[in-house]
Amino acid sequence: MGVTGPRLQATLFEKSRPGRGGGKIPHPPKDALERLPAAARRVIPPALPELNEPEVVRHYVNLSQLNFAIDTGFYPLGSCTMKFNPKLNEWAARLPGFASLHPLAPDETAQGTLQVLWELEEILAEISGMAAVTLQPAAGAQGELTGILMIRAYHRSRGDTERLEVLVPDSSHGTNPATASMAGFRTITIPSAADGGVDLAAFKSALGPRTAAVMITNPSTLGLFETRIGELLEAVHAAGALAYMDGANLNAILGRFKPGQAGFDVMHINTHKTFSTPHGGGGPGAGPVGVGPRLVPFLPAPRILREPDGAFRLERPGERPASIGRLRSFVGNTGVLVRAYAYLRAHGGDGLQEVSNDAVLAANYLKSRLVGTYDVPYERACKHEFVASAASIKRVTGIRTLDIAKRLIDYGFHPPTIYFPLIVEEGMLIEPTETESIETMDAFVEALVRIAAEAVDSPELVHEAPHGAPVRRLDEATAARQPNLRWRPMTGAETPCPD
Amino acid sequence: MPYGPHTPADRRTMLEAIGVESVDDLFADIPAGLRANGLDLPDSQPELELAARLEGLAGRNRTDLASFLGAGAYRHYQPAAVDQILLRGEWYTAYTPYQPEVSQGTLQSIYEYQSLLAELIGLDVVSASHYDGAAATAEAALMTCRATGRRRILVSRAIHRHYRETLATYLSGGDLELTEIPTIASGDAAGTTDLAALERSLADAAQPVAGVIAGQPNFLGLLEPMAEIGGLAHAAGALFVAVIEPVSLAVLAPPGAYGADIAAGEGQSLGIPVQYGGPYLGVLATTDALVRQIPGRLVGLTHDLDGNRAFVMTLRAREQDIRRERAASNICTNQALLALAASIYLACLGPHGLRDVAALGAARAAELAEALTQAGAGRLHPGPYLNEFVLRVPDARSVHRRLLEQGVLAGLVLADMEPDDPSLVDGLLVCATEVTTQADIGRFADALRAELGGAQWA
Amino acid sequence: MVPQDLRYTVDHEWVRVSGQTATVGITQFAAEQLGDIVFVELPAVGRELVAQATFGVVESVKAVSDLFSPVGGTVAEVNAALAGQPELVNSDPYGEGWMLKLSLADATEVDRLLEPNAYEQLTSEA
Repeated sequence: MGVTGPRLQATLFEKSRPGRGGGKIPHPPKDALERLPAAARRVIPPALPELNEPEVVRHYVNLSQLNFAIDTGFYPLGSCTMKFNPKLNEWAARLPGFASLHPLAPDETAQGTLQVLWELEEILAEISGMAAVTLQPAAGAQGELTGILMIRAYHRSRGDTERLEVLVPDSSHGTNPATASMAGFRTITIPSAADGGVDLAAFKSALGPRTAAVMITNPSTLGLFETRIGELLEAVHAAGALAYMDGANLNAILGRFKPGQAGFDVMHINTHKTFSTPHGGGGPGAGPVGVGPRLVPFLPAPRILREPDGAFRLERPGERPASIGRLRSFVGNTGVLVRAYAYLRAHGGDGLQEVSNDAVLAANYLKSRLVGTYDVPYERACKHEFVASAASIKRVTGIRTLDIAKRLIDYGFHPPTIYFPLIVEEGMLIEPTETESIETMDAFVEALVRIAAEAVDSPELVHEAPHGAPVRRLDEATAARQPNLRWRPMTGAETPCPD
Repeated sequence: MPYGPHTPADRRTMLEAIGVESVDDLFADIPAGLRANGLDLPDSQPELELAARLEGLAGRNRTDLASFLGAGAYRHYQPAAVDQILLRGEWYTAYTPYQPEVSQGTLQSIYEYQSLLAELIGLDVVSASHYDGAAATAEAALMTCRATGRRRILVSRAIHRHYRETLATYLSGGDLELTEIPTIASGDAAGTTDLAALERSLADAAQPVAGVIAGQPNFLGLLEPMAEIGGLAHAAGALFVAVIEPVSLAVLAPPGAYGADIAAGEGQSLGIPVQYGGPYLGVLATTDALVRQIPGRLVGLTHDLDGNRAFVMTLRAREQDIRRERAASNICTNQALLALAASIYLACLGPHGLRDVAALGAARAAELAEALTQAGAGRLHPGPYLNEFVLRVPDARSVHRRLLEQGVLAGLVLADMEPDDPSLVDGLLVCATEVTTQADIGRFADALRAELGGAQWA
Repeated sequence: MVPQDLRYTVDHEWVRVSGQTATVGITQFAAEQLGDIVFVELPAVGRELVAQATFGVVESVKAVSDLFSPVGGTVAEVNAALAGQPELVNSDPYGEGWMLKLSLADATEVDRLLEPNAYEQLTSEA
């Protein structure tokens, strides 16, 4: 097996030549390490690659060009809100005043960042309709864990120790049940109703004195607003349980629906979805969590406080004993939060409402244009995303959603999210976001229509797609059966440390 | 809206295609009683004004100080090439590489990250990636419980307090037990993990231990007898988790060499800005034997239909989107861009550059210790250290504050971090790295000398 | 056509009885539904299983599924070959892809399992 594709790159390790590189760091005194005990010293130096800077730059620039990205094209990945990442925000996060501030810097030297974070909490509290917000969670999943641990602490603080179950609909993100397990709860999965929404009767019969919480994504993972949400929240609270909202789909409802106001007790927000902080090829994110009044005492420590004189400070160790504690080394993914703050201030209240309006408008437009070519299992107005399905195409041609997704790559588009939620056969979850033009969306529709025709006329073409990507479909089974998870260089491994 | 493309005509076109009168119609399914009435937020700001506002806020932070603050976040020089590469949109505006055919850049970079860190740590498998050092350490603790079927974790008190607090939070979910092992109070080994106390805790047959956690260097900057700690853990059937700082591994024995089963730690020191706590890089590594217990993303090398070498996310069935309530962790979004930053940093420096970073930091720290001793304050603990140590000064909190007024950030006041530990009441935790200048050391020493007025605390 | 000499469960396991020993695996239908199988987790020899107990997990590239013991018994042997070649479950589910052998606790439990034609009907409806 060789590196034979025209654009593929050998690994850093293969490009390494002993003696290359250097010139970055002054040489330390020869005896710098002599005071360290021999037993603690490294004997065999790490066989890291040796390259000069031009080679490093070409390696990574060439690798980058194998990637699809928002900056290169349309990325309609449902549930992920791949909107444009504003460039001002990258500049802002790199300002030395923000980037060089140490996380344990005394409060009086950190007033600029503390103000940004405090204001951001206020803005997110208004958007979510919650009483207070923590910015500590590093991502949505950690936000979920934060929220569920607070719910657990709340029940325990009332002596209510028998609530060991968390209810989730079968259309939920996998993080919801995984989080419930991490927090020590048993997950009860509730099937969706025929219209894709929550099955109120099923929830009501599952709710009881053992229910700690219900986790709901609204709009749902089908892109539909949960119209029975009011009744569900009443039933949850009547049972003595609390309601968690997965905020992954917040981009649809800014200024239209405030979960806290509507009765949710806690929600997380994905800044790397709704508020445009870049996904970075998988992260970083930030997962601020908003809570209603009942959960405020349990928020993670430290919170950011504003003193009567207007100065900001972090809570001190042990200052708020009811807190669930700490979830990470320091106060939060601050560099990400600065970007989110810039995005929110750039838009303001009206601009954010327009974001949701245009996101929902775009999704409904795309949906209306695909009806007739693809199955659209839920026909009512969607929110910021919708599910289409290739079930009919598959029945006629044998071509599956996976094939269509891969063929879209040949047309220059990133595929939508496929086979999620699991409850839709041959589903594709399409989310255009508000930053894509009508011309882009039309071109995407045209590609999908042409692929549907290709599925009939030349199914092999679709089945073997992509044809124009840097690589063809991969052998994933071999990768999992005989995992090769690291390059084993071994060159130089026998050489003792040079000092 | 600043970044939207739609003209009024575009919006009309879309409304007509959908067949509704106004965008409000698309929100009609929100029950009337639950509808919100807009957002009470400041108005939008044009980019020019917003840029000025952001610069003003950044300027309110004091980053002009001569800083000796480390304590889990370390300032290092990041070669200019690193950020130039990171600013390519193909990296930072891509999503998780679920479609490998159009994500080979991200996938190969992650595979290379796994390889680089595995080489540095001396273990087989590195997952890519976790939120930060504390969260990675918590995941390591949960791994040991899954792998052994036991429910108790022992953690050295010489692990960063924030890590221990994070451990407590994560372990509380499963009602797992966390016991702290004290440090030695006095003598040559003062400030390191008390091995006798560790042995006693491990001997409690009624509460078998899943994992033992100790750090190298530890929170106080001291070097721990890691091989001995690991030996005690293994003798009791427990797994050994080493909390590491990756730059130090250029010169210190790696976890693979002293028998650690898992290594966890903070990758921020690989040239990532301190940026008030994040985004950082949680490093988590283990042996082949534990590969199915490790949470977080893994990329494997395979081939495509034409036989080209290619990379793909693998062992996916461990993850939440497939295994749901039985996943190894709920982690989804991680710190991929920071893993990339760390890889580029390592590629730019190479093995010799990284060693120079570690060794120069050690040299500067020794110069700092010498200068401060001459100024009248010495180290609190006698044992060996790499580039961070505890300075003993009277009334440390006041001294720290007065030095700050003179532009010197004299490390961390340990009485604030560890108010319950009387042995640290006079302590300032100070560090030096390759970016610490001799001029800054002189400034610190002069200010301290003036502060102490000639008294000797060494 | 499923093998006629086996008994089946609604969870798509099969059982082959020989004296007091029952060999257990998953059906071809199950293997095809899962796709490329990449890992099989099996219990330790000597473990006692009751009927319907979870005895392991089978993973494919994109799915994971519990394995349920069709009958009660003690694990006498597991198929060690699956550790290195999990693909045997795909290529030969009723032969080399077998998973474990049980010393039967109660041989009459086998009688409650599905006959080949009943299982065939179950999968044709799916």
